[in-house]
Amino acid sequence: MDVEILSRIQFAFTVAFHYIYPPLSIGLGFLIVLAEWRWLRTSEAVWRRLTRFLIRLFALTFGLGVATGIVMEFEFGTNWAVYSRYVGDVFGSALAAEGIFAFALESGFLGVLLFGWGRVKPKWHFVSAVGVWLGSMFSAVWIVVANSWQQTPAGYHVVGEGMDARAEIVDFWAMVFNPSSVERLAHVWLGSFLAGGFLLLSIAAWYLLRKQHVDVARKAMAIGLPVVLVASWAQLFSGHVAAEVVAEHQPAKLAALEGHYAAEAPADMYLFGWVDEESKEVTGLGIPGGLSFLLDQDPSAPVTGLDAFADEDRPRQVNAVFQFYHIMVAIGMLLIGLSTYGFYLFRRGKLEQSKWMLRALTAAVLLPQIANQAGWFAAEMGRQPWVVYGLLRTSDALSESVRAEQVWFSLILFTGIYVVLFALFIYLMRKKILHGPEEERGEGTRASHLESAWS
Amino acid sequence: MMGLELHTIWFLVIGLTVTLYAVLDGFDLGAGLLHPFFRKEQSRRIALNAVGPVWDGNEVWLVITGGALFAGFPEAYATAFSAFYVPFFLLLAALIGRAISIEFRSKEPMQWWRTFWDYSYFLSSLVISVLLGMALGNLMLGLPVDAQGVYRGAGLVEMLGAFPLSVGLAVAALYAVHGSLYLLLKTEDRLFDRVKQLNRVALFFFYGAMALSTVVLFAWNPEVIERLWHRPGFVGLAVVAFVASMAIPVLVRRRRYGRAFFVSAGMIASLLGLVFAQQFPFLIPSTIDPDGGMTLAEAASSERTLRLLLLITVIGVPLVGLYFLFVYRVFRGKVKLDDMSY
Ligand code: HDD
Ligand code: HEM
Ligand code: HEM
Repeated sequence: MDVEILSRIQFAFTVAFHYIYPPLSIGLGFLIVLAEWRWLRTSEAVWRRLTRFLIRLFALTFGLGVATGIVMEFEFGTNWAVYSRYVGDVFGSALAAEGIFAFALESGFLGVLLFGWGRVKPKWHFVSAVGVWLGSMFSAVWIVVANSWQQTPAGYHVVGEGMDARAEIVDFWAMVFNPSSVERLAHVWLGSFLAGGFLLLSIAAWYLLRKQHVDVARKAMAIGLPVVLVASWAQLFSGHVAAEVVAEHQPAKLAALEGHYAAEAPADMYLFGWVDEESKEVTGLGIPGGLSFLLDQDPSAPVTGLDAFADEDRPRQVNAVFQFYHIMVAIGMLLIGLSTYGFYLFRRGKLEQSKWMLRALTAAVLLPQIANQAGWFAAEMGRQPWVVYGLLRTSDALSESVRAEQVWFSLILFTGIYVVLFALFIYLMRKKILHGPEEERGEGTRASHLESAWS
Repeated sequence: MMGLELHTIWFLVIGLTVTLYAVLDGFDLGAGLLHPFFRKEQSRRIALNAVGPVWDGNEVWLVITGGALFAGFPEAYATAFSAFYVPFFLLLAALIGRAISIEFRSKEPMQWWRTFWDYSYFLSSLVISVLLGMALGNLMLGLPVDAQGVYRGAGLVEMLGAFPLSVGLAVAALYAVHGSLYLLLKTEDRLFDRVKQLNRVALFFFYGAMALSTVVLFAWNPEVIERLWHRPGFVGLAVVAFVASMAIPVLVRRRRYGRAFFVSAGMIASLLGLVFAQQFPFLIPSTIDPDGGMTLAEAASSERTLRLLLLITVIGVPLVGLYFLFVYRVFRGKVKLDDMSY
């Protein structure tokens, strides 16, 4: 294998691994804010137990997010030197802003969130929770802006030629609000709320099934279900808007998402299917003219297909892009169903009797994770062969001085490390969940005298 | 702007973030280096929790420095990181190892579990300190980078020279000193006495490593001395660093631990100042480019971006300063273990 494919595998692997954790942190951060707010309002001990339980889970996802994120920041320089030179002017500033505005906010207040319980007034502890959560929301802003810029570049001009060419900012706000950034940011945030929300619901449903920690589990349902209800419906809408942006700015990607080859013809929309890249046929179940209808409200409107693009300008793995995209959408529909019906049962007070619903919610924790990964894979593989859409090709973006053996070395090293990390993550997560939201040894006495000091 | 060019100002900003990183993460890396020399479980926990609430925030300065380099000097970011490919991934592996050692150590009560993470905490802290020092040493000597900014060297083996290795040792010893001074502020009783002993040992190593790297410079790399000698401010910085290093044991003996910690921070800053001074106006001096290497101007982003970055800095750094003040205030004083501790 050559340096290009190895570097792509390595980048995809490390970023996909990173992306398991931040969405959980963003989602859990929001739930911590909600739970702690309820506690401050009601002073009911059960809310405090839920808050502290959430913080313990958060500490773990956050720690892994930080550990794996640092790798990402430097990987642009190690493996994609030409790309880094090309985009540094534009996108380095987004990364620098992320460090200063987001990570410092997050990591600064994290200490107080985790260890400050009892050292600061409840009000300040709550402020720290909000700070950490906002910091994690901001982290998503800058990195998604940077990524959106490479999907739909704006606000730049290109200086220099050939190997020395690079993009320079001419309009900062046009760069930040490039055509896809707002839509994609909303989509990423909502995906994060779904990831965090379903994690909490899964744990709560499992407790209810086993009739353990029932009081905390009910409160968890009470905040978790509304969050995922709103987020899953909003995700449908936001995904639709994202698709319109893709249609306008990245027509080759749109065509790949639905496996649409014919240059100018009405396009179908599939529920599921299989793309035969040889015969350029899709077999599956779909709505004829569905895509045309969504984009133009007319089932016979022509949509640009893959054949309209030169061979070297279109995505390689059309079937993979198609599958990832359809997995995400299918899961989106499933999550809407689960959250709506779950919420309905809960409001009717029937959730705890419905064993199958509790089981479904327990298993559902995996769905938003899969959808998040699939969404990125569709978006990023659909962008190929460009690293910066229409401007710089992936094959031209590599580091000149890096050799295949070196990438093998780092890839094997990090595969090993990440396998261990993942095993530890699952192990410790399981342990925290088994232990439950009960106060840990000695906590009760301490907490009670703190409470009297605070009231 | 007062005769200073934008890219020079940005170089100073990066100098500042690197210094903040070294001063802040330096003490928690140093605490990691001393960790296995505490024997009792209780002592290790106290030492770990002394850095517990702050180490992650300290490491953010590394992340900020990376972003600042990427944004302000993309050429240098691309060249340096692809040149240091293998050592860099080792550094990243060590950063991960350290984060999880701190995070996981106290999650299980078993003795073997804790001992394992104690040593991986120590080892990763050591690898990080030595690698950062070696990177600094190699940058001072210059890299085989051609006029296009492409690295032409052989990689890791070439970077294991005597001077970089001696700088690596010096950085590790320096952090150990710095970390011991921090722990003096955070510990009590028997543990405190132990830290005091370790402080003396670390200082001894530090003097040795500094002497070694100076000798190596005179013997094999006199051109670095030559460059340094002609820098304005060299004598001042060197004197400050020297006096500071001598003042530390005196202050410790007089029980002025807080002051000793700040003096050691000043020493780190002046040593880094020396490095930056000898680098200027090159960001990556070259051993093969007849022009001498990649200058600040060649590596820099456009004027507009640099101006934008300065704006971000002027707004962002004071804000970060505020959060840090808040956090360090909340956790001031001696360490007290409780149920949320590591
Ligand atoms: C700001 C930039 C940025 C961000 C936020 C992301 N990526 Fe990305 N991604 C890149 C910048 C990038 C890149 C540097 O531009 C790559 C490397 C090679 C390439 O073609 O694009 C890339 C490639 C790349 C590939 C390989 C595509 C291929 O080679 O066919 C995958 C699967 C992903 N990424 C997945 C992700 C995931 C799961 C992300 C969620 C966190 C993500 N990316 C965020
Ligand atoms: C290639 C792209 C990415 C890079 C370079 C990157 C960089 C980083 C870095 C350096 C850290 C550690 C910060 C620290 O030390 O505190 C981090 C953590 C984090 N990143 Fe990423 N990141 C990337 C992708 C993403 C994406 C797409 C998101 C969006 C949701 C995201 C959200 C976060 C969050 C919320 C954290 C804090 C840790 C956590 O909550 O788990 N990152 N990232
Ligand atoms: C419900 C129907 C959904 C539709 C129609 C939809 C649509 C889209 C489209 C068109 C993209 C590509 C955007 C681009 O390339 O610029 C995308 C990306 C993505 N989707 Fe979805 N999506 C849906 C549901 C979901 C769900 C439920 C999740 C996660 C829980 C999710 C997570 C993501 C992520 C993380 C990305 C990559 C980031 C991005 O490019 O914005 N999506 N989605």
